[in-house]
Amino acid sequence: MKRSLRGLFLVLVLLILYLPILILVVYSFTTSTQIGAIRGFSLHNYVTLFTTPELRDMITGTLALALGSAVIATVLGTMGAIGAFYSSRRTGAVISTVNQIPVVNADVVTGFSICILLVVVFHISKDSYIPLVAGHVTLCAPFVFLSVMPRIRQMDPSIYEAALDLGATPFDALMQIVIPQIVPGIISGFALAITLSLDDYFIATYTKPAMFDTISTYVVNATKGSQTTIKTALWALSTVIFVIVVLIVIGMNLRSIRQERAEKTGRRLHV
Amino acid sequence: MDRTENIIELKNITKIFDDDGFTAVDNFNLEVKRGEFVTFLGPSGCGKTTTLRMIAGFDVPTSGDILLNGKSIIGLPPYKRPINTVFQRYALFPHMNIYNNIAFGLRQKKTPEEEIRRRVRKVLDLVDLEGFEGRSVSTLSGGQQQRIAIARALINEPEILLLDEPLGALDLKMRKEMQLELKAMHDKLGITFIYVTHDQEEALTMSDKIVVMNEGKTQQIGTPEDIYNEPATAFVADFIGESNIFSGVMTGKLRARFCGGEFLCVDDFPEGTHITAVVRPEDVEIVPAGTGIISGVVDSVIFKGMHYEITVLSGRNEMVIQTVNSARPGDRVGLRVDPENIHIIQAEDHTNSFPVDINSAHRLEYNGHTLDTSLTRIIKGSKRLENGSILDANGEVIDPARIRIQASIQPEDIEMTDDQDAGLVQGTISNLIYLGDHYSYVIHTELEQDFVVYDEDLWNMDDRVSLLMPVEKMTFTLRKK
Repeated sequence: MKRSLRGLFLVLVLLILYLPILILVVYSFTTSTQIGAIRGFSLHNYVTLFTTPELRDMITGTLALALGSAVIATVLGTMGAIGAFYSSRRTGAVISTVNQIPVVNADVVTGFSICILLVVVFHISKDSYIPLVAGHVTLCAPFVFLSVMPRIRQMDPSIYEAALDLGATPFDALMQIVIPQIVPGIISGFALAITLSLDDYFIATYTKPAMFDTISTYVVNATKGSQTTIKTALWALSTVIFVIVVLIVIGMNLRSIRQERAEKTGRRLHV
Repeated sequence: MDRTENIIELKNITKIFDDDGFTAVDNFNLEVKRGEFVTFLGPSGCGKTTTLRMIAGFDVPTSGDILLNGKSIIGLPPYKRPINTVFQRYALFPHMNIYNNIAFGLRQKKTPEEEIRRRVRKVLDLVDLEGFEGRSVSTLSGGQQQRIAIARALINEPEILLLDEPLGALDLKMRKEMQLELKAMHDKLGITFIYVTHDQEEALTMSDKIVVMNEGKTQQIGTPEDIYNEPATAFVADFIGESNIFSGVMTGKLRARFCGGEFLCVDDFPEGTHITAVVRPEDVEIVPAGTGIISGVVDSVIFKGMHYEITVLSGRNEMVIQTVNSARPGDRVGLRVDPENIHIIQAEDHTNSFPVDINSAHRLEYNGHTLDTSLTRIIKGSKRLENGSILDANGEVIDPARIRIQASIQPEDIEMTDDQDAGLVQGTISNLIYLGDHYSYVIHTELEQDFVVYDEDLWNMDDRVSLLMPVEKMTFTLRKK
């Protein structure tokens, strides 16, 4: 009895989580123009999604922005974490605290203030993409810092000194010894940066060039508009994004399971 | 002496950490000869590792100079010093296999790969791990990782090899083996070894020269024999081997009073000198009651395999004896020590130290008087429960029988009075010296202890006085039995 109740609750929770997405998935394969009666099966939404130049440019633009700002944010965030770790205790604590503020801060505030500073104060044109990229880097770098820091803390601090002791310059020691040790943190920071950039709406609205749209800003505008073909094509886009995310999550879990197994056998060998 | 014979010299090295202003090393001086095996020995936090790190170049001294072959290397970063380190926890590079770990140093010098391969094989042979090139670090046991760490350092042919507690993480049997192997390696290679350990036995076994350190200061530098037989300070005597340490006073030419008896000794200090007497447990003889210098009651007997460890209580003093003959707890015995086996050290300061008791209410007590202080303040992180018992930092009940509290008080903080009931303890003045602006008195108490008291007024020899010792002037230290 108790057991079935527990099962029911679980199903209910999963339903609440996944039903909205599933509805979109189902409707993306139909000819319907609005959620309601389902008419025939059709792939026309997917055809529109991949053939309309406007949609294609928007998707590639968003991806390019995400990749570009994630790369910059990863470099900056990693450097920041390494710097904070090897600073004196007080400086390190100050850097960590300063890093926390943008994480907690509302995106609207970040986007708006970047817009004010770069566009209004420094007269940098939004069309240069500089405010947009700067905004996304500001958004992502603190998260990279946060995902790299625990890896550095876990690292045996004496291996850096060991490298110096064996004749490596600080730069060589960093590149050959420290970076390889914290790669998992850097990769997860990079992945996090990409998701954050893809997710962002507020910063982009304040800083993007007028003729450029990210998926988020585009979707918000399109749902306000009246072009039904575009609207239903966005269902297809949502489905594609959802499927990709599911695949990535499954892939990552499989990888970590495999790693755990490898570590266990490694330990057995060790004994 | 030929100056170039010293491979490394540390001159007036002081290290104060910026973060907390802590003085880790205080005016440290040392000369190391080429090919010597030198050990820094001391408890954790004594500054030995910091000193080693300054030689390696990881820490920069606040003041002082380090000379390598007569030239200052203070400004030289670690990667330019011909010195290599074996780290406490090995610090092997986990993402590289054994070959790449060992080759790391030579790669930095752009050595041809052919030569690297040859030399890696040679050092692996030296540490008895032939054929381990392709293995990954995580598949090696602690002992094997330690050998790789040694190989990785030695392949660079350093002028000095620094070893920071390299055997600390190994089990006892492994440690003993590695001690002998390291010593053999040192003799074979002729490289100068500077070794850091808190294990006195390790230091005595391996070293040509031992530097005993405490609280950032050098306590004694000498050969293992010197350090064991002629400890320069009470700290060294206590730290090296097992010792009975008593504070006492010289009562005449080659006569010292400590542990409630008057002993003949071979160290000559003027009468009245405040001294620390060191007696090794194996040098105490148990003789029939009444025939020794002091007498006491056997408190405990522990069989240790090679010998018995017998604790005898003489008044309030405790003497530990190692002997091949057993005794029964409760036996009355006499104790004697040969004059040449008593090592007398002039006391560094005249701090009076005495044991205090913990009574049934878990309060401190001395000579039947409760001391107005809290045990929880002495034992770090401890708490007092409502029933009076004390929990330690780990939340475990502290057994008063298993700890010993030592109280210390400075001579100027004790006051003498004629009112016999006013003070904590009573005694008679057994010695007095005028020191310019005050007198230094030695009071021999009824509890068979000598207290040094400074007073501006003149008292007479053999006056009976009571000692006023304010609790707030005392410091307490905790020792586990």
